[in-house]
Amino acid sequence: MSQGHLADLSFSDLGIAALLILVNGAISLALRLNLEKKLALAAVRTVVQLLAIGYVLQWVFELNVWYVVLAILALMTLIAGHASSRRSGLRYDGIGADGVLSVWGSSWVITAVGLFAILRIHPWYEPQYAIPILGMILGNTLTGVSLGLERITEELNARRDQIETLLCLGATRWEAFRLPAQQAVRAGMMPMINSMSVVGIVSLPGMMTGQVLAGQGPAEAIRYQIVIMFLIASASALGTVAIVLLVYRRLFSAEHRFLYWRLVERK
Amino acid sequence: MSSLSTPSIAGAPPILAARGIARTDPLVGAVLLQPATLELFGGDQLVVSGASGAGKSVLMRSLAMLDPLSAGTVLLHGEAVEAAAIPAFRAQVAYLRQRPSMLPGTVEDNLRFPYTLAAHCRRSYSRARALALLAAAGKPAGFLDKQARDLSGGEAQIVALIRTLQLDPAVLLLDEPTAALDPEATAVIEKMVLDWAAGRLDEPGGAASRKAATAWITHSPAQEARIGNRHFRMHAGLLSEAPPAQAAS
Repeated sequence: MSQGHLADLSFSDLGIAALLILVNGAISLALRLNLEKKLALAAVRTVVQLLAIGYVLQWVFELNVWYVVLAILALMTLIAGHASSRRSGLRYDGIGADGVLSVWGSSWVITAVGLFAILRIHPWYEPQYAIPILGMILGNTLTGVSLGLERITEELNARRDQIETLLCLGATRWEAFRLPAQQAVRAGMMPMINSMSVVGIVSLPGMMTGQVLAGQGPAEAIRYQIVIMFLIASASALGTVAIVLLVYRRLFSAEHRFLYWRLVERK
Repeated sequence: MSSLSTPSIAGAPPILAARGIARTDPLVGAVLLQPATLELFGGDQLVVSGASGAGKSVLMRSLAMLDPLSAGTVLLHGEAVEAAAIPAFRAQVAYLRQRPSMLPGTVEDNLRFPYTLAAHCRRSYSRARALALLAAAGKPAGFLDKQARDLSGGEAQIVALIRTLQLDPAVLLLDEPTAALDPEATAVIEKMVLDWAAGRLDEPGGAASRKAATAWITHSPAQEARIGNRHFRMHAGLLSEAPPAQAAS
């Protein structure tokens, strides 16, 4: 994928860029922000983490065997799934598993559609496509799931009186759950709708910018970006709905009871 | 186990019966309700009194099947209730909470709401009925257009009561509905429940033979004397039939 040419970056080029971080250090010293140590550590982490993932990706790309690619994809998914339930202030038994399940299911289904039905990659595990595309989808699904989870647990906790009132009036568990569920799915889908409406005007997505820098024509890069945006949007919507339904399954029993005591503050 | 029942008339099963229902705390395992047996017939006006934390609300919530039981069964018209039939059961055995919960919108939106539920889909909201019930509570027709969030505690409880009464449940469970209300609102609520239970608030031409049962939780001996014809005590999770406490005034 190179019509143009990419200026190769040497380690000395990186060194020049690293000098720029000294600007931050100088500001910290001048204003006595006391951030020098944190800045230095963050800068070192940036270099080390990116170098490490660069070597890992290079190794995976060269190895190019399906089980290593699959293992990497699974590991990325597990980390994102685990992170998705860490943020909510309320928890219940099984919240971690529900987070992983909703991130995993939604991101893999949509990634599969993207890779096999739209990009039609060969072989099916082509790491150059599978890893970055799943990565982008995971990042956004994680946001949707974690916002949806945070909102649904908060709504259920705050609206316990209302939910029980509905049940007392003869509502089924689903009728009692519907309103909080709508709020939560809305909250989970909002960031994606926002970013879809400003893309290209306020923000130029990193992937598209990267492709253009790497020498691809903007028109081609934009087509990719559109596909990616829709993949991301559908995966995060699917993940949000999935987590809300999983919460429903945990907190409402078949006897149309609200098992409110399962919801506890995270310590 | 306490076995408490009034003899049934001509063998008709009680409207609502609890057979050895018990409940333990789902988190710490403490006993909240010791096995209790209870039968409610049409015309019964049951009163349950007892100290805070004795398990009165637990009993009511268990009768409404809002909380899982650790033992026992609840029977409606002599039959056990399947999981899928519980919403229909709760339409028959209505539980009114101590704190009224208003839905967004006006008073009328609140009164219309139950008819949007599957359990009441065969019936429809009647404004005439709502107005008649409001009039019984001393509220003018314009009250229907008030925003529910602007209601006082007493007004909200009256709306919550009408929201339930208009559905004509067979059993009305009241969990200290007047505990936080002033004497006027309390008197309105008491009168409405007694009139409704006696069929005096029925629609003209409605089911004439309907006889409802009520069960109240109260802290007030005076209220207990006014509203009850069967008297129970709850102490440390144990239910027992007991003569009414001496009314203070």
